Amino acid sequence: MISKKVATVSQALQGVDDNMTFMFGGFGLSGIAENAIAELVNLGISGLTCISNNAGVDDFGLGLLLQQKQIKKMISSYVGENDEFERQMLSGELEVDLIPQGTLAERCRAAQAGIPAFFTPAGYGTEVAKGKESRDFNGKMHLMEYAFKADFAFVKAWKGDEAGNLIFKGSARNFNANMCGAAKITVAEVEELHPVGALDPNQIHIPGIFVQRIFKGAHYEKRIEQRTVRSRD
Amino acid sequence: MLDKNGIAKRIAQEVQDGYYVNLGIGIPTLVANYVREDIEVEFQSENGVLGMGPFPYEGEEDPDVINAGKQTITTLPGASFFDSATSFSMIRGQHVDLTILGAMEVAENGDIANWKIPGKMVKGMGGAMDLVASAENIIVAMMHTNRAGESKLLPNCSLPLTGVSCVKKIVTNLAVIEVTDQGFKLLERAPGVSVEMIKKATAGHLIVEGDIPEMTL
Repeated sequence: MISKKVATVSQALQGVDDNMTFMFGGFGLSGIAENAIAELVNLGISGLTCISNNAGVDDFGLGLLLQQKQIKKMISSYVGENDEFERQMLSGELEVDLIPQGTLAERCRAAQAGIPAFFTPAGYGTEVAKGKESRDFNGKMHLMEYAFKADFAFVKAWKGDEAGNLIFKGSARNFNANMCGAAKITVAEVEELHPVGALDPNQIHIPGIFVQRIFKGAHYEKRIEQRTVRSRD
Repeated sequence: MLDKNGIAKRIAQEVQDGYYVNLGIGIPTLVANYVREDIEVEFQSENGVLGMGPFPYEGEEDPDVINAGKQTITTLPGASFFDSATSFSMIRGQHVDLTILGAMEVAENGDIANWKIPGKMVKGMGGAMDLVASAENIIVAMMHTNRAGESKLLPNCSLPLTGVSCVKKIVTNLAVIEVTDQGFKLLERAPGVSVEMIKKATAGHLIVEGDIPEMTL
């Protein structure tokens, strides 16, 4: 067995540096790599380009890195819930590249799968198409989009084992699964880290080959962004 | 004239047995409340859920089970979870039968604008561009006019586009309209609304043929 286990978050993040490009899994605050983000705040590295569907809220998720002005550029599909983000974007401190969500997911998957580029109809005829090659397939226009290139991917899973195999829970799978193996180094943090052999191979969502480092997160807040409930009567 | 729930109720009539449906944020979300109970429908949420159920009971919220609006939800028997690329494979691959979304403007050729107002904070398109570029069957749920009283059904969109020539049907507080090669075709009037009122509120070319029935809700 090839072990991917590291003991601490600081070991897991060895090699991160200023001006790197990082991928962050999660949708809103669901399934975000809380421990890796906290450690990046500690390390204080800056000039970062972050590929993440969203940008967190003011005091949680990637909002913590924004507060410290560690992020130079965000590549996201939706960034609505963050005042500091808005301030930095409007003042020009923060560069923002908004791209369609499916294109974001596929650019991760393409990087994971070794596909340099692909065609998608999303964004054709809109400002997203600016400067992009377009082509007709079966009577419909498509845009060429490139696979992402990133230095690190920070993903969060529910369960993992020392071989780096991952199992996600609920809708927290989201971009996490697509970012595994899409960067030079994939760092997975898990709520439960099991010995090899404890997880059923039939149930693995992401095989360990896509993960370089795995550690058990010390603490998870798992904050809910929009708590919606119904009454019992 | 319909309110938001009335628009949702009318759109729910378009949902057929066996449909997989993606609902956008706002009025479209309300459609789930009015789908007939004798048909089988599954709701897809682009963050990776098929078979969405209602909101959880208080105390049963799970931070790992949310919808694309980041709201806590439940799942129904037969539901599944998947990654974002798989989710958009369902959408781009036209496996989703019906997409219902809101809009700021729709043009008479089916162009839609719903993600950006120049000069205002831009939050992003989320999954809207993927949805409108790929879906075969797109219904727009919106008010006929904006807050300033200006028509949202236009000859051409003035706002940055989300997608081109993609909207098939529009349900507003005033009417049900089909988007045809010739322009907006009036199909139904909302209760108590005259053809004249609809004409006045529609800036794009409106086709009125014969008697226009009042919608039944």
